[in-house]
Amino acid sequence: MNDTSHAGGAASLDVSIASKDYHSASGWPLRALEDLRLTLPAGKAGAVVGPSGCGKTTLLRLIAGLDKDYVGRIALPEHGRLGMVFQEPRLLPWRSVIDNIRIAAPHAREEDIAALLDELGLAAHGSHFPRELSLGLARRVALARALAVKPDLLLLDEPLVSLDAALAEALREMIARLIDERRITTLIVTHDLGEAIALGDRIFLLSPRPARVVATIDVPTPRGQLGKEAAEKIEAQARAVYQGENSHQGKSSPR
Amino acid sequence: MIRFASLAALLLLWQIGASLSDPHRLPGPVAVFEKIYEEAVSGALFSNLAITLARVAAAFALAMSFGAAIGYAMGRNRLADRLLDPWVVTLLNLPALVVIVLAYVWAGLTEVAAIGAVALNKLPNAIVVVREGARALDPHLEDMAEVFRFSPAARFKDLVLPQLAPYLAAATRSGLSLVWKIVLVVELLGRSNGVGFEINMAFQLFDMKLLLAYALPFVALMLGVETFLVQPLERHVSRWRRGVSRRLDRV
Ligand SMILES: Nc1ncnc2c1ncn2[C@@H]1O[C@H](COP(=O)(O)OP(=O)(O)OP(=O)(O)O)[C@@H](O)[C@H]1O
Ligand SMILES: [Mg+2]
Repeated sequence: MNDTSHAGGAASLDVSIASKDYHSASGWPLRALEDLRLTLPAGKAGAVVGPSGCGKTTLLRLIAGLDKDYVGRIALPEHGRLGMVFQEPRLLPWRSVIDNIRIAAPHAREEDIAALLDELGLAAHGSHFPRELSLGLARRVALARALAVKPDLLLLDEPLVSLDAALAEALREMIARLIDERRITTLIVTHDLGEAIALGDRIFLLSPRPARVVATIDVPTPRGQLGKEAAEKIEAQARAVYQGENSHQGKSSPR
Repeated sequence: MIRFASLAALLLLWQIGASLSDPHRLPGPVAVFEKIYEEAVSGALFSNLAITLARVAAAFALAMSFGAAIGYAMGRNRLADRLLDPWVVTLLNLPALVVIVLAYVWAGLTEVAAIGAVALNKLPNAIVVVREGARALDPHLEDMAEVFRFSPAARFKDLVLPQLAPYLAAATRSGLSLVWKIVLVVELLGRSNGVGFEINMAFQLFDMKLLLAYALPFVALMLGVETFLVQPLERHVSRWRRGVSRRLDRV
């Protein structure tokens, strides 16, 4: 039983999942998500933080409508045009960079695509094929593709993972600038709290699998000017939540 | 250059063999080329080659289009796979000759029976190869296409076809060489024109010059199609694997 509807008004993204089970090969059900609730106002960026393998990608797949086998309810922003950057770039290897964007966003104007490539530092790579790109470049192409569709909701799955520190920093700043400028409702998944603090207006801390939101932290705005002290406070808060969570073995809900 | 030398060596061997044996069993290259010229001037050579080529094309197109559609369905749908797999296995193991004779018995010595029999011989192979390709379609890219709401046309052209292309190319390659050979048998058994028919005539008359005068241009035609049609097509569909854009950039 599930229901995807379009929510207007204040809460742009409203997720309330009672349970999501996978059916493993051995026949045992594997519970990935349980009683997971989160809401995100329109135009804001939410950052979902959780330990490796807790169910973050699963959550994004449900929101994206790629998996309808769950119990719960997900309300998407109005119109519900979706842009998504998957954990891997997932470009069409047989199409050039610019064609990859054109195919995913057939209604985008050529000059908008060119501007986007420019903004993401991809102007020189439009005619390259994906196999000629480094991971950092391929990620940016995937980001350009997601933005080209003018999404009402942008989903980013670990956009900075396995990039070296300098590249990750550059891409993080790029993403922060792009979603701020465009005021796109964005949900970013990450396992790195620092990344979440840098990118999110609201941080959702997930428990280990089965994932549940164990704490929701609103980051003071504007988040760009967040001082070191404030950031440390949030980190301490998160650490406390996870310690409490561990002592409960992730079973009960200390909220 | 090496290819040319190797071809010349073959001709030389042929000449030596011919001079050592009875000219009725193995005529020399000169006599055969004279015969080819003769058949060419009369027009018989070209019309027979053209008829055979047309049969190859028709049977191949039939087998590939049905094979691709059925193979895709079987690769994507478990029920279709389970339902049709025994049929495919049966057809795969049915000797070509049995299919041909049955087709001629049931549908008469007609063009439809001839082309249908050839197509039916190629069909299971096309199905199996394309099914393999359909099973190997990347689910990650499919999710991506779903999220970005690819149109059915884009899904086919930009997502499915490029992934199936290597399998279609493999089916084309193995399929053409199979179809070429079976068409001759079909012509030999039940048609009154085409290269297979002429070879049968030459056999009946024990005219080795005539036999080789048809066999050689036929082989040349096969090689020509392979080199100038199939291989360039294969290169075209797999061009993204090499750094094509780099070369375009420099232009
Ligand atoms: N299709 C599937 N079938 C069965 N189990 C699955 C499937 N997809 C994910 N899982 C399991 O569900 C759990 C959550 O997986 P998920 O990929 O959502 O985690 P994640 O938080 O994104 O992990 P990571 O940090 O590695 O990206 C894992 O234990 C995983 O093994
Ligand atoms: Mg993941």
